[in-house]
Amino acid sequence: MNIIQEALIKALDLVITFDESLFEILLLSFKVSGISLLLSCFIGLPLGTLLAIKNFWGRNSVLILFNTMMGLPPVVVGLMVYLLVSRSGPLGWLGILYTPTAMIIAQMILITPIIVSLTAQIIEEISQEYKNLFVSLVVPSHKAIMAYLYDARYSILTVILAGFGRAISEVGAVIIVGGNIDHLTRVMTTTIALETSKGNLSLALALGIILLLIALVTNFVLITIKMNAKRHMYA
Amino acid sequence: MLNGICMHNKDKLLENEITPIVADNLSVSFGNINILNDVSFKIENKHITAVIGPNGAGKSVLLQTINGLTNIQEGKITFNSFLNSNAVRKKQALVFQYPTLLRRSVLSNMEFIAEIYKNADRKIIQNTLIRCGLDGYDQKSARLLSGGEKQRLSLARALLSQPSILLLDEPTANLDPFSLKLIEDIILEENEKGTCIILTTHDMAQAKRLAKNIIFMNKGKVIEQTDADIFFKKPKTTQASKYIHGEILL
Repeated sequence: MNIIQEALIKALDLVITFDESLFEILLLSFKVSGISLLLSCFIGLPLGTLLAIKNFWGRNSVLILFNTMMGLPPVVVGLMVYLLVSRSGPLGWLGILYTPTAMIIAQMILITPIIVSLTAQIIEEISQEYKNLFVSLVVPSHKAIMAYLYDARYSILTVILAGFGRAISEVGAVIIVGGNIDHLTRVMTTTIALETSKGNLSLALALGIILLLIALVTNFVLITIKMNAKRHMYA
Repeated sequence: MLNGICMHNKDKLLENEITPIVADNLSVSFGNINILNDVSFKIENKHITAVIGPNGAGKSVLLQTINGLTNIQEGKITFNSFLNSNAVRKKQALVFQYPTLLRRSVLSNMEFIAEIYKNADRKIIQNTLIRCGLDGYDQKSARLLSGGEKQRLSLARALLSQPSILLLDEPTANLDPFSLKLIEDIILEENEKGTCIILTTHDMAQAKRLAKNIIFMNKGKVIEQTDADIFFKKPKTTQASKYIHGEILL
C-alpha cells in the first residue's frame, strides 16, 4: 500500500475512534486560539472602528502600521515574546514561558493587527453611508461604534474567521514560546511539525485532516450566514 | 460660550424654543467651490417654509447647514439666538433626499432612534409606524422597502425624535400619489402641532399647497424670501418669475 494511503487510513482511524491524545491536542488548540481571538476582538474591533470613524493627526500612519503588521512573521513575534517572558526578560517574573498563556500572547500579537485593519476597512465603508445621519441625530460615539459594528456584523464575521484561521494554523510563534511540551503546550500545528519530522505521518495527517475540516466547516457556515444576510439586505 | 452656545447656558436651551432661525451672510464652500454665497434669511414663525430653486441652487446644502452638517466659512446661523450645537441639533430632525436606513429591520431602525432620544416606548413606535403607513412592516428589512416606503420610514424616524424643527429635503420626490398625500398630511399635522417645517421641493403645486413662506434660491444665493401667496402671484424678481413659469435661469 502506498505510504500516503496507509497514513490516510490510520489518520481516519484516529479521528473516528476519538483518539485521546489527538483530542487533547485539539482541545488545547481551540482553547489557545479561541482565547487569543476573543482578546484580539475585544481590543481590535473597537480600535478598528475608532480608526475608521475618527479623524486625528497621524491616523493614516497608524493604519499603515497596522496594515504592515498584518504580515508579521510568526517566528519574529515568537522571538519577541520569548525575549519578553524568558527568565532574564522584563516579564520573566511572570513565569509564563512554555505555557499556554505565552502562546495566547504571541497569537494575540499576530491576529490583533488583522482584526484592526480589516475592521477599519469595513467600518470606513459603512461610515461613509451613516456619517451624516449620525451627526444629524447627535449619536454619542460609543453608540455609533456599537451601531457600526452591529450593522457590519456579517462582514465582521469574516474578519473574526480570518483571525481564527491565522491563529489555529500558526506554528512559528507558538513553538518558540510554547516549547511543544507534551500534555502542556502541544497544539495541532506543532504536533504536525514534530510528528512529520519523526516520520509518524498518520497522526500528522489526522491533524491535517481536522485542520482542513475546520477550515471547510467555518467557510461553509460563513458563506451560509452571509448569503442569508444578503437575501435580507443586511450585509 | 459653551460648546458653541452663546448668550444662554446649555440647560436653559433645553427649555427654550429654537425659533426664530436667523442666517447672517452665510457662506459655505466645498473645496474651491462656493455652494452658499452670502445667504441671509429669517424664519420667524412656525409656519411651513419651502426652499425652492433650480437644481444646484444650494437648497439641500442650506438644509444641511441649518442642521449643522456643513462647515460654515463665513457668517452665522442662530436659533433663537443660540448658535448651532448638539443641544440645538437634538431639537431638529433632517429627512434626507436619499434616506439613509440602518441595515436592520424597520422596527430596529425606529428603536435605534427611540434609544438615543429616550422618548418613545413600543406603543409610540407602533403608532408612528401606523401613522406613516408602515403598519405590519416591523420585521421587514428596511433596505428592502420601496422608495416611498423608505422615505416614509425616514419620516417616521424623524417624527419619533419629536423635533421642534423638521427639515425635509425633497420629501416626496419620485413618490406615488399615496405616499405623497400621506407625507403632505403628516407635514400639515406636525405644523399644526407647532413644529417649524422647512422643506425643499421642485413641485410648485406642493409649495403652493403647503408653504406659508418661500425662500427662492439660485446659484447659492437667496434671491427672494417672501410670503407664498405673494411669491406665486407677484414675485419680486425676474429670476423668480422665470422659474415659476418654467423658463431657464441663466
